[in-house]
Formats: sequence, C-alpha cells, structure tokens
Amino acid sequence: MALVFLMVPLIALIAQTPWEAFPKIISSPEALEALRLSLLTSLAATALAAVFGIPMAWLLAREVLPFTGLMRALVIVPLLLPPVVSGVALLEALGRRGLVGGFLYDNFDITFPFTTIGVVIATTFVAMPFLIITLEGGFRSLHQRYEDAAATLGAGPKRIFFRVTMPMVAPAAIAGLVLCWARALGEFGATITFAGNFPGVTQTMPLAVYTALESDRSVAVALSLVLLVVSVGVLVALRGRYLQTRAS
Amino acid sequence: MIKVMRALLAIALAVGLGALFPSASGATTKANAELTVSAAASLTDVFPVIADAFTKRFPNTVIRFNFVGSSTVMNQVIAGAPVDVVATASEPTMQIGVDSKQVLRPLFFARNSMTIAVPAGNPANIKSLADLQRSGLLLGVCDTVAPCGASAAELFAKNKLSVTPVTRELDVRSLLGKVISGDLDAGIVYITDVKAAGSKVEFVEIPIKDNVMTIYPIAMVAEAQNAQLANRFVKFVRFSNTSQGILRAFGFAKPW
Repeated sequence: MALVFLMVPLIALIAQTPWEAFPKIISSPEALEALRLSLLTSLAATALAAVFGIPMAWLLAREVLPFTGLMRALVIVPLLLPPVVSGVALLEALGRRGLVGGFLYDNFDITFPFTTIGVVIATTFVAMPFLIITLEGGFRSLHQRYEDAAATLGAGPKRIFFRVTMPMVAPAAIAGLVLCWARALGEFGATITFAGNFPGVTQTMPLAVYTALESDRSVAVALSLVLLVVSVGVLVALRGRYLQTRAS
Repeated sequence: MIKVMRALLAIALAVGLGALFPSASGATTKANAELTVSAAASLTDVFPVIADAFTKRFPNTVIRFNFVGSSTVMNQVIAGAPVDVVATASEPTMQIGVDSKQVLRPLFFARNSMTIAVPAGNPANIKSLADLQRSGLLLGVCDTVAPCGASAAELFAKNKLSVTPVTRELDVRSLLGKVISGDLDAGIVYITDVKAAGSKVEFVEIPIKDNVMTIYPIAMVAEAQNAQLANRFVKFVRFSNTSQGILRAFGFAKPW
C-alpha cells in the first residue's frame, strides 16, 4: 500500500510528460538558466556545509564540548522546520532590516535577499543538518582506538583526522554529502521566501517548476522530470547504502 | 495494540481527508450550508468582511475561503477542486474557466489599479514612476503569470520605463511583505493592498492617465455543491449595497 502511494504520483509524472515538446522545453534559455543556477547553488551549499558541517559532526560525535545533546538538538531544528519558516527566520536574521542583516547593510552595504548568495545561504541552512546528522553517525560508529593507535604511532591530530578518521568514515561522508546536495537541489520554500524569484539570479529549478505551473503545466511537468531523474541518480549513486538487504 | 493503531490510522485518515475536502466533511458539522470560495490573493482582506455580511443576511451558512494567485484559482477548479464560487483579478483568467465550461456567467464586481508601495518612511525617496528606473534600486514586481505582474508589465510598457526588478514574486502578498519588511525599496502592487496594510507601508500614487486598471470577475462553478447558495453569493457580491460599500472601503473602484 505504502509503496503504491509513493509510486503512483511519480508514475503519473512520467506518464504526463510531454515527450514531443520535452527537448524544446528543457533546452529553453529559462530552463537552462534555472538548471545552471540550481547546480551552482546546490554545489556551493554542499561545499559550505562540508566546511562547517564536518567539524561540527566530529565535535558532536566525540562529545568534546559541553551540552552536546542540546547542540545536537539545535542542529536538527532546521531539518524539522517547514522550509518557509526557515525562509522567514532568515529574513528576520539577514534581511535588510534583520538582526544581523541590518548591521551589515548599514555599515557595509551588504544585502543577501534577492541575490544568488541569498539562495546559497537559504539552501545551506536547510541542507547542512542532513550532512551533520549522517556524518555524526559515521564518526560515532568509528571506534576511538584507531585514532588512539595513530596517536601512539606519533601522528599529530591534523594528520590523524585526514589520514585515519576521514578515510574510515568515507562512506558516511559521501552519503551525507549526497543527501545534503539533493536536499539543496530540491530546496524551494526557504529560497523563494528569503531570496525571491528572479530568472538567472534566484530562480532555481524548483522555483521555475512552481512558476511554470501558473502558466504552462507541461513545462512544469518536464522540468519536474529532470529533478526526478536527478533524484533517482542520487539513489543509484547511494545504492550501497539503501538498496542493500541486511540479510546478505 | 493493533486495534488501537488501526483506530488511530482511521482517525488520521479521516482528519486528513477532511482537511483536503472541506465541503465533503459535512457529517462533522451542523446542518449548515457550506460554500467554498476560491479567490485571488488580492481579495484576502475584503472577502471575509463581505462574507460576514452575507452570513448575517443568510444565517446557517458557512463560507470557507481559499486565497491563492488568480491562475491557481482557475487551475484548481479545472483540476476538479471542490469549489463553489471563484473570483479572479483578471478577465482572461476567468475566460479560461468559461471556455472550459467550468464556470458560469461571470459578473464584474470591482476594479483596482496599481500603485508604488514603499517601506514606511520611503527610504529610497521615490516620488514618481520615473524614479523606479534608478540603478541599484531594489524594485520588486509580481511574475507575469500573476495578474499583479501582468499589470506591472503593462504599466512599464505604457509609460516606456526601463526597469530592472530584483524579484518576481508569485503573488502580491509576498511582494508586499518584502516591501513592508524593508527588504525591497519599492514594489508594484494593487492600491487595495497598501490600503489594507495600513500604516505599515506607504505608497506613491500613480496618476490615473498613466495607470493600469484591473477588473475583477466573480462566477459560480458549474459543478457547485450548492448552486443556489453559490448563485446567491455571486449576486450579493456584485449587486448588494452592503458588499459594494465594503469594497469601496477597501479601496476597490466601481466596476461600471
């Protein structure tokens, strides 16, 4: 039952795809622009999430800081929030009259809403928790004795982290990065709320789908199919993690 | 345990379905006549007031609203959403419903025009339409798929303005919200929207000769659950002094 419920809409999407017009729709300047922007912003968001999220995941897993439980809960909050709420929160924080954004605008003339950087900020906010949570699990399942052994052999902390810890959690790291990227690619609510909707600047694929839905449904369906193919691609890339049966 | 879970699942399903199809959940409410009205976002403030007046005149009616962009209003009806009355902010959008035989005999009930909304205090010091061409100005419009965006495009063309908006919002409410918050310097919205927002936002008037008019049609859906009530509501909005008085108070002009 559950499987049918989950599959039917996807099958309907494929069935409704206007195959004849498909090449023309996805090669239109608007669609290519949206695709380019989506790839750019989702990769940038993943990179940012990696830079800030990997250390955070390690700190959480090793419980080196006080209040680790509370910090973990705070990291998960954006994951549970409706994305539109995240967008509103970002506006309150980084908008031109926001808590931090007001200071940046008044002193440095920096604004984030309606810019591509705004899209990256919104998607990073929503997607980073996926990386942190996945990777924290990886760090946790890695026994500390490997790091200790490396230390007794004379390796410094930096060397241990990059030569011992990271290679051993590579599967979790890759899974986390891919999940984070897929979430960033699909991000809609926070983006349209915080960064607005302008072709070539902030109109990513999901926003293009939503905008097209208002005028031409077949365009929306064709663009949706592109995102569906990407999602399936992610699943194939992660097959080791989700398609394996435990009994084997 | 399984029984409890089954019961919970049934309740969850019932609640979920009830939320999806408000007019279908009649069993849980009293013997009230229900009317579902799907209307353009720019009617968000005025329609509930008109509905209050209507339910005073016709007690035991409950009116539910669905406020979305005009094109979504029509898309949803064509897709078979359980709606009794539709009102849009554009004639062509309503015509799509008429052509597909989903709505019957639309009536024009109000007119609206555009204005330049600016944050309180008008920080960018905008005085006229021409000021919108200033470089570096954060100007917002609606996307052309929404009536407010189509009107804005018409306004720019009519006045031969070359402007570079930074966002094309999908409905007028989200656009106005970003003007009120000060994230945009200016936004092209309906005059009724700035009236409804009160002191939170200021506006720069556009002279009538340069302005663009929007006309609002309302119509009954062909497959309305309660045709008589739907018809009554449509007539009430268009012809009653009460309704027209409320529309005037919210800044809408006469349709005739």
